[in-house]
Amino acid sequence: MLILAIDTSAVASAALVSDDVPEGVVASFSTEDTRSHAEVLAPGIEEMLASADVTGEDIDALVVGVGPGPFTGLRSGIATARTLAFVWGKPLHGLVSLDAVALEVAESTAAVPEFLVVTDARRKEVYWARYTLEDGRLPRLEDGPHVSFAADLPDLPAFGAGAGLYAGALDCHPEFAQEQPDALFLGQFALARLAAGNGLLDSTPLYLRESDAQVPGPRKRAL
Amino acid sequence: MNRSQPLVLGIESSCDETGVGIVRGTTLLTNTVSSSMDEHVRFGGVIPEIASRAHLDAFVPTLEQALADAGVTLDEVDAIAVTSGPGLAGALMVGVCAAKALAVATGKPLYAINHLVAHVGVGLLDGQDNAGGSRQNGTAPQLPENLGALLVSGGHTEILKINSITDDVVLLGSTIDDAAGEAYDKVARILGLGYPGGPAIDKVARTGNPKSIRFPRGLSQPKYMGTTEEPGKHRYDWSFSGLKTAVARCVEQFEARGEEIPVADIAAAFQEAVVDIISSKAVLACREHGIKDVLLGGGVAANSRLRELTSQRCASAGIRLHVPPLNLCTDNGAMVAALGAQLVMAGVEPSGIRFAPDSSMPVTSVSLPA
Ligand SMILES: [Zn+2]
Repeated sequence: MLILAIDTSAVASAALVSDDVPEGVVASFSTEDTRSHAEVLAPGIEEMLASADVTGEDIDALVVGVGPGPFTGLRSGIATARTLAFVWGKPLHGLVSLDAVALEVAESTAAVPEFLVVTDARRKEVYWARYTLEDGRLPRLEDGPHVSFAADLPDLPAFGAGAGLYAGALDCHPEFAQEQPDALFLGQFALARLAAGNGLLDSTPLYLRESDAQVPGPRKRAL
Repeated sequence: MNRSQPLVLGIESSCDETGVGIVRGTTLLTNTVSSSMDEHVRFGGVIPEIASRAHLDAFVPTLEQALADAGVTLDEVDAIAVTSGPGLAGALMVGVCAAKALAVATGKPLYAINHLVAHVGVGLLDGQDNAGGSRQNGTAPQLPENLGALLVSGGHTEILKINSITDDVVLLGSTIDDAAGEAYDKVARILGLGYPGGPAIDKVARTGNPKSIRFPRGLSQPKYMGTTEEPGKHRYDWSFSGLKTAVARCVEQFEARGEEIPVADIAAAFQEAVVDIISSKAVLACREHGIKDVLLGGGVAANSRLRELTSQRCASAGIRLHVPPLNLCTDNGAMVAALGAQLVMAGVEPSGIRFAPDSSMPVTSVSLPA
């Protein structure tokens, strides 16, 4: 099974993963930048497909990180994934973007039985979720994702760029202090879940915040 | 690529309409629009984040509908065109990302197009005889020479001179603050008339006396206007924020005196001030730039008084006014496709998929270079 995974919840990244190749990795790319997704994502995907000699025909399914993440960036990945899936006539699944970091933690020597994944939500807040880990299993999302102040999070080891940003308030693991959700791990997570017969989400974005719009109150009368 | 009668799919997402239009050369095949206007009503204006969320969910269904309506497949499409600016940044981003994905998935060339110039593009569609295009037996419609465009909507207010729709468009004047449609929305809120303000004020104004109150005409003083020989800095520009404040003051004065607010009169006087200054400055710009034909575009083109006064003043200045059907005046994908087809036919190279949307894209940039 060949999956095209896309995530723009923080940086822009995409990956081709398959259960037919070692470690599942066919090709991948990611940017450092968190603000130019609309420019870099489509060319990145196009070059990745070309370099792997893969066309839409060859792809069995698409997976997209549905956040949480800053709205405009998050939408670029979802708009891209939905359109590709529509044109190619392939199924599209969603995954919580934080799952990518959780899987990365699970596969590292830093793994602990219970931990938080934390990313930057801007406006002095973080997106976070709590995961548990059992030997030989995929990380399990126990609580979240939520958006809160770093100081209000449970007291657990914290992984991800959001933890690095608020290292004073959180028990941040130094090796993961800059880690962002990456489509490569998202794709691997999806492959593993599908292989285990587990379902995935749809591509509805997890905004977690309402738009800032205020319903205007009645006009003040001049008296 | 078929450059004589290209099949072009156009995508629009610069404000609150998700539009997908398809044209073949100058023939309109479909103009499919999904609007999030209802979601903005309780806020009294377009909320960018709400519009962006709606674009994301509306895009694929609108695309699917457009292809079905036009009876074409993506395989047959020669080129894709998308609004890359000006407009709301987050809203533009959704259409641009979707258009790029469409280009990647289909391998079709992509044109990044100026929204304002696209409003003029509808004048080139067949069957729009009243939209400025003329047709000589069997040849494609051509825009008249010395063409101007007056664009008035909730997002923009501009007067353009179109020397060549594919590569030479000049901005003669524009609003320096609120768009005219925005002023309508704000004043409708002050008067408790609801959203969108344009139709609400237009309706109430018919029963009011426009001469009962005199509201200011922004940027009409000699220091802004100058003379024909020495034009002032804002000779063809508009400003509507002072007008909105004047209406608020006026309402407060009636309230302070404990009098009933003459809503219809205020609406009529406000509308007269807007329409008077828009049409007089537009006609002045046309006269001084040898413009003989003017195309009216944007949602406020639906306003009965704007059409009436503008056509009157154009007529007395010897200028022909062209008003396309309203569904082509408001934001839509067909206008983007129409301009895209012109670019293809003129041999302009596509923009590729690396460009960034530009929320303040100038009209001098009709399409983005690769
Ligand atoms: Zn417009």
